[in-house]
Amino acid sequence: MANTPDYSWPPMEARKVIGQSPKRLDGPAKASGRARYSSDLNPKDLLFGVYLTCPHAHARVTSVDTSAAEKIQGVTAVHVVSPAGTEIQWQGTEVAAVAAVTEEIARDAVGAIKVVYEVLPHLVKEEDVAQAGARAKAAGEILKGDPAAAFQQAAVVSEGHYGIPVITHCCLEPHGQTIQWQGDSVWAWPSTQDVTHYAGQLGQNLKVPAANVKVKMDYIGGGFGSKFSPDSWGEVCARLSQKSGGRPVRLFLDRATEQRIAGNRPSAYADIKIGGGKDGTITAWESHSWATGGFTGGGSPPLPYILDDSNHPIPNKRLVHTAISTNTGPFRAWRAPNNQQAAYLTCSAVEDFAAKAGLDPLGVFKLNLQYAPKVRQDLYGYQFDKAAELSEWKKLWKLRGQSAGPVKRGLGLGFSAWGGGGHTSQCNVTLHADGSVQVDIGTQDLGTGTRTIITQVAAETLGLPMAAIKLTIGSNDLPPDNASGGSTTVGGVSASTRKAAVNALAKLFDAAAPALGATADQLEAANGQIRVKGSPSKSLTWTAACKKIGAAGKIAETGINDQRNPSRELISSGTGGVQVADVSVDIETGIVKINRYVAVQDCGLIINPRLAESQVYGAVIMGISTALFERRFMDAATGAMLNADMEFYKLAGIGDIGEIKVYMDIRPENDKRGVIGLGEPPAIAICAAVGNAVANAIGVRVPHIPMTPDHVLDALEGRNA
Amino acid sequence: MQAFEYSNPASLKEATALLAASWGEADVLAGGTDLISLMKDSLHTPKRVVNIKSIHELGGIVRTAAGLRIGATVTMDELARNAEVRAGYPALADAAAGIPSPQIRHMGTVGGDLCQRPRCWYYRQGFGLLAMKEGKSLVTGGENQYHAIFGGGPAYFVSASSLGPALIALEAKVRLLSAKGARVIPAIEFFVTPQDESTREIALRPDEILTEILVLAAATHSATYEVRQKEALDWPLAAASVAIKMKGPVVGSARIVLGHVAPTPWEATAAGEWLAGKNITVETAEAAGKAAVEGAQPLSHNTYKVTLAKTAVKRALLAAAKVRA
Repeated sequence: MANTPDYSWPPMEARKVIGQSPKRLDGPAKASGRARYSSDLNPKDLLFGVYLTCPHAHARVTSVDTSAAEKIQGVTAVHVVSPAGTEIQWQGTEVAAVAAVTEEIARDAVGAIKVVYEVLPHLVKEEDVAQAGARAKAAGEILKGDPAAAFQQAAVVSEGHYGIPVITHCCLEPHGQTIQWQGDSVWAWPSTQDVTHYAGQLGQNLKVPAANVKVKMDYIGGGFGSKFSPDSWGEVCARLSQKSGGRPVRLFLDRATEQRIAGNRPSAYADIKIGGGKDGTITAWESHSWATGGFTGGGSPPLPYILDDSNHPIPNKRLVHTAISTNTGPFRAWRAPNNQQAAYLTCSAVEDFAAKAGLDPLGVFKLNLQYAPKVRQDLYGYQFDKAAELSEWKKLWKLRGQSAGPVKRGLGLGFSAWGGGGHTSQCNVTLHADGSVQVDIGTQDLGTGTRTIITQVAAETLGLPMAAIKLTIGSNDLPPDNASGGSTTVGGVSASTRKAAVNALAKLFDAAAPALGATADQLEAANGQIRVKGSPSKSLTWTAACKKIGAAGKIAETGINDQRNPSRELISSGTGGVQVADVSVDIETGIVKINRYVAVQDCGLIINPRLAESQVYGAVIMGISTALFERRFMDAATGAMLNADMEFYKLAGIGDIGEIKVYMDIRPENDKRGVIGLGEPPAIAICAAVGNAVANAIGVRVPHIPMTPDHVLDALEGRNA
Repeated sequence: MQAFEYSNPASLKEATALLAASWGEADVLAGGTDLISLMKDSLHTPKRVVNIKSIHELGGIVRTAAGLRIGATVTMDELARNAEVRAGYPALADAAAGIPSPQIRHMGTVGGDLCQRPRCWYYRQGFGLLAMKEGKSLVTGGENQYHAIFGGGPAYFVSASSLGPALIALEAKVRLLSAKGARVIPAIEFFVTPQDESTREIALRPDEILTEILVLAAATHSATYEVRQKEALDWPLAAASVAIKMKGPVVGSARIVLGHVAPTPWEATAAGEWLAGKNITVETAEAAGKAAVEGAQPLSHNTYKVTLAKTAVKRALLAAAKVRA
């Protein structure tokens, strides 16, 4: 076998494009409105699809009469999704869909469909586990050591109740797609986090060969983990198109339906007891937790978060978890699934334990890093100190409730862990004889900057400016990539692009070597030239070198990252972050304002520090929104989601965010670990840090996120019974 | 949205002739910030929509011998920026300026603010103005975080009007015109608590247009304080408007009106009376706040609003008297 090429990244100091901070390539198109999202597309003869959804949380469909709708002029197709006999388990479930020549006609037609339901009993609330009855299912118990004895011996024992509610993803572009099914071919323009696998999944649902399904998506207006599959609406949209003689149909969920059925983050509630020594060392943990993620029950957050290495965990612990099935829309991954919940429950309980012991939680968190994975203990130690420095912890932090006046200031901590290893990805790099460079990869840019970092990697490797790279993504005609989930994209595409570009360059060296009187292995690409290492005067311009490409007219090479056997010289996984919230709480109104938010985050080798910082800013903004405002209100009597809108489902505006200080932990020891994903980790710890800061400010724990006036004043005025 | 006839009269005479004797026939369109969403949600399904924005005489803020005449189609932004309003009626200017949506401030009108429907999520989701199911209130047993703490039912929504409390505190009047003639009523009588599904939360009749607001000549210190969690695009959780007539160094008379705590703006008469003869200090303002929420009947999830209302009164009084807390 020939020598395996050296794919490893250039040393930090030798990088020309990687490590620089060019602005995102699609920024101007998005900011100016030129970028066309799938929901913006308006192909010729477009029809408009609209759903009829179920108003009940639990019901059986008795009959569906579409005859009146079918007679309305302009209606081209009516499709029944939930025929008579279907048992519906949450409000917003799709019952039927209509395609028509205008959206208004489609809505009128939906209004003309007559559905009779047998309404069945429902459960939509889970805050009180005692009310769940038979819908609560024991979901595991873990016992280690002797917690009862350990609590007896503990010098300090704290107990608390904590809760983090169901929230919805609120993608600004709702779920949906435009589809044209004509003859044996299906063209799909979805809003998806997985362009590569969309065709296979949709084809299977439609019984159409994947080879006949063409998928294209240039831009997506938010996914956050909720847009991995074509969903039922992909299939319904295709059937509406087919029934409408092959005209394209646009079917996107309206806002209320989006909020009700297109994904949510499961809740988590827990009663937690911590015991330990006067110095703050935790020796015992007991938690009774419960959660819902909809009808199937939902996730179980890993407790205690991070402080639970299998080789050296907290010695005594008992964990009991209950899953509650509710008649509410199904959960989906929400930017680090299970981790916000685990971070909130754990960090809140540790902060309460520190307060009970009369200790600074910074010291208590650091002391208990002995229970964190060995490989990351030093990293967290460094990050706690850095976050303390940037938040002026030593100067500003006071014991609980020591802040004077009606507006109280407080500081709080949270921390996070995430994987972020690269997914399976294939990239093709083509060098044309005219010098132009084509990079093709079937990935998608979720707004994270994927286009920009692929281009940076190709430009770095080929010794070219970024403008010389023609990148194409977002189609299933391209080499296969994978779902953008789990913060796996940057690792996947940077590794595959690096390898494809190195492979292509090796072929170009072969072609150019004779003209330079050298062997291929003596050549390097730099500054737009192919030149002899150590003799920079012996060089060809890039264009001149490409003219040496033989009769084929181009060099086309592939690079692959295989998730099962990842490119360890380029990427790895495992990140950590520490965050500090600095808040002010008006105790006469319960309003919490963020003064400053500090986020210290590592993610290995950083290809573009500006975009990495942007990811952290975005995550913190989204997290502050969840910490202060977001919750789903379910009505016990009717089973309805009462705030399935953008009015009472409150999202932070930019004026609510305060100052954000991002510190990317760029150090040689992190850089040498290679590229690691960043999409999720900085979104994990915000509820934890904000909740702890509020408790520190006002002197009492506000058990339930979000930190709204009702929750804060209920805690201050003793209404948490 | 149901199809409707759209009319665009140029005069009040034409406009009033287009209205009907019962609700549901015709709706008046001004800024449209509420009506359009009501129609999209099929809560209002008028057969005719009467646009009044082309009627010139409904615009403008004019000083008269008696005070100010504010036309119904004056936008909230015009009101907030008007020099006379800012100088003489800060409670009104504060209330308009506090509306935390540039879109609503620029499109929404004074008349629309008074005539808008409640934001109650049960009402907006089609469970009715009183939100009754099988003889029981959905609100009292449900999610009532944003609902009334005064009034005692059967309606538990809160009046959405931002200007109502300030207008009542300032003893303003509203003029209502139908084809049969005009009537002028005190602002406090404009707001009513409906007792059943068929009545409205305002005294306007289906064949009337609210044409103008009349505010007395300014002789008061006034202010409005709103408690709202978000900086922008959010509804107030509670608010208070106060108007004080001084008698030398002490309060001669004071009117204190709470907003977003009852199906109508809620006048705290006793608290206002209690202030008479006193200086406004942090202590008296706080005591007035406490007096203002006496008799509150919070629901299962909104006791916190009692604190908010108390705080709003205190802060409005201190702002009106320019006392620093």
